[in-house]
Amino acid sequence: MLIQSQKDGFVHPLASEITAPQVVADRRALLLQMATGVAGLSMASWASRQALAQSASAIEKPGKLATLLSTPSGVPGAMVIEKPTPYKDASSYNNFYEFGTDKADPAVNAHTLKTTPWTVEVEGLVKNPGKFALEDLLKLSPMEERIYRLRCVEGWSMVIPWVGYSLAQLIKRVAPLGSAKYVEFVTLADPKTMPYVGSRILDWPYTEALRLDEAMHPLTLLSFGMYGEILPKQNGAPVRLVVPWKYGFKSGKSIVKIRFTEKQPATAWNKAAANEYGFFSNVNPTVDHPRWSQATERRIGEDGLFAKKRKTLMFNGYEAQVGQLYAGMDLQKFF
Amino acid sequence: MHFLQKFLRLSSAKPLVLLFGLVPFAWLFWGAATDALGANPAEFLSRATGDWTLRFLCLTLAITPLRQFLGWPELARFRRMLGLLTYFYVLLHLLCYSWLDMGFDWADTVRDITKRPFIWLGFGAFVLLTLLAATSLNRAVRWLGSKRWQRLHQSVYVVAALSLLHFFWMRAGKNNFTEVWVYAAVIAVLLGWRVRRFFAKT
Repeated sequence: MLIQSQKDGFVHPLASEITAPQVVADRRALLLQMATGVAGLSMASWASRQALAQSASAIEKPGKLATLLSTPSGVPGAMVIEKPTPYKDASSYNNFYEFGTDKADPAVNAHTLKTTPWTVEVEGLVKNPGKFALEDLLKLSPMEERIYRLRCVEGWSMVIPWVGYSLAQLIKRVAPLGSAKYVEFVTLADPKTMPYVGSRILDWPYTEALRLDEAMHPLTLLSFGMYGEILPKQNGAPVRLVVPWKYGFKSGKSIVKIRFTEKQPATAWNKAAANEYGFFSNVNPTVDHPRWSQATERRIGEDGLFAKKRKTLMFNGYEAQVGQLYAGMDLQKFF
Repeated sequence: MHFLQKFLRLSSAKPLVLLFGLVPFAWLFWGAATDALGANPAEFLSRATGDWTLRFLCLTLAITPLRQFLGWPELARFRRMLGLLTYFYVLLHLLCYSWLDMGFDWADTVRDITKRPFIWLGFGAFVLLTLLAATSLNRAVRWLGSKRWQRLHQSVYVVAALSLLHFFWMRAGKNNFTEVWVYAAVIAVLLGWRVRRFFAKT
């Protein structure tokens, strides 16, 4: 008999026992369709609008940066039907501490960031480690547009049309070894171009990490652009991560290294305050930050000055897609 | 005589200073009305009204040291107005929190302040400031007796300390204390002046 102890860590179920996320999503979609069957006629125009959207993006380009062509994503949950946040707000209200702690700072200071040439090094427990030039990454897989909710741990949210592809595409290319359990993301820390690298707020470089199955989830996006254009520097140009069901800080900006490890890597905010920022940091309205409630959020650029804050959704509204990843886990403990 | 001193003696000086003190309010009001306060206007207003409360508190506390240092007795008649302007901005600050942040939902507010003890400090400062504002009329001095009135109004030092702690604690999340130290230094100098004079007299 196989006796398991705490030391064995999280024991993954047999792959054959897990219902594929796609199957779960399809089931849910079917249920939803049946439930809304009565509303069928009134939904027809919406459905046809969706069909149209398959051919061209509905997002208006801000006309600030180079165009990055993409087609709307077919990944379940990737196209939220919510109004995108105005580009002006999404590109002027940022947390990117390498360029200052005030949310207006990055837009003012990030112009010094040098995004060409850019390489992302993949190392650690993979069959095919190596350096990827940005040009090669851009060609690695077709660009998709994905409209995601973004929930900051501070209690505000946005809706952003990103451009990129599932990180899984890159992971498959580098072929993780069986021993790889985690993926660490190292972001740029260049004191010459980033004026606040060296401030004592966090340990630099800013690093983040995911469990391998989280990193492989189709919603985990390697992003190169937003609003149909390449990423503004203050938003993490030229390449960043977007994990829509986790608090924003989990999605590292300006990534230079991706490392596959067996042990759970240390992550920036977790090192700074382990009691406040857990490794998982999934958006969860029932687990408060020790210093404030996470039950509600303010939608930037949409909710008026006097609007009541809106309710925060479990896994930021992506429970149908990602809930399975955390089945059986105590989310109060693994926050 | 310094031209500023001459200005301070004019009967129109008081309304002009009041007008000047309301400029930040007008600017914030205009910014909110024209949506010119950035991506998160609610947060901007909450922070700006807090900042202006601290600034007017510093100005109020600066009156007496400046009067003594410069030998300008004219300054004394502006102290109450600056104090009341401080109270005006702290009222706006509290209004921003309870309206824009909490939507006047008292259950939410109670839940929120149990999470954020730095708000207690700010609220404590507000309660004290309310007492001071309510007893700012000449009549109150007569009613309380000048000794007691003065002792009550010395609690403005407690207000300053509470406000600074409130600000410090709020900024602790990001370890971003530069501005906190600036206000702390200003207030330390203003209080230090009084302490020095107190010991020089005794």
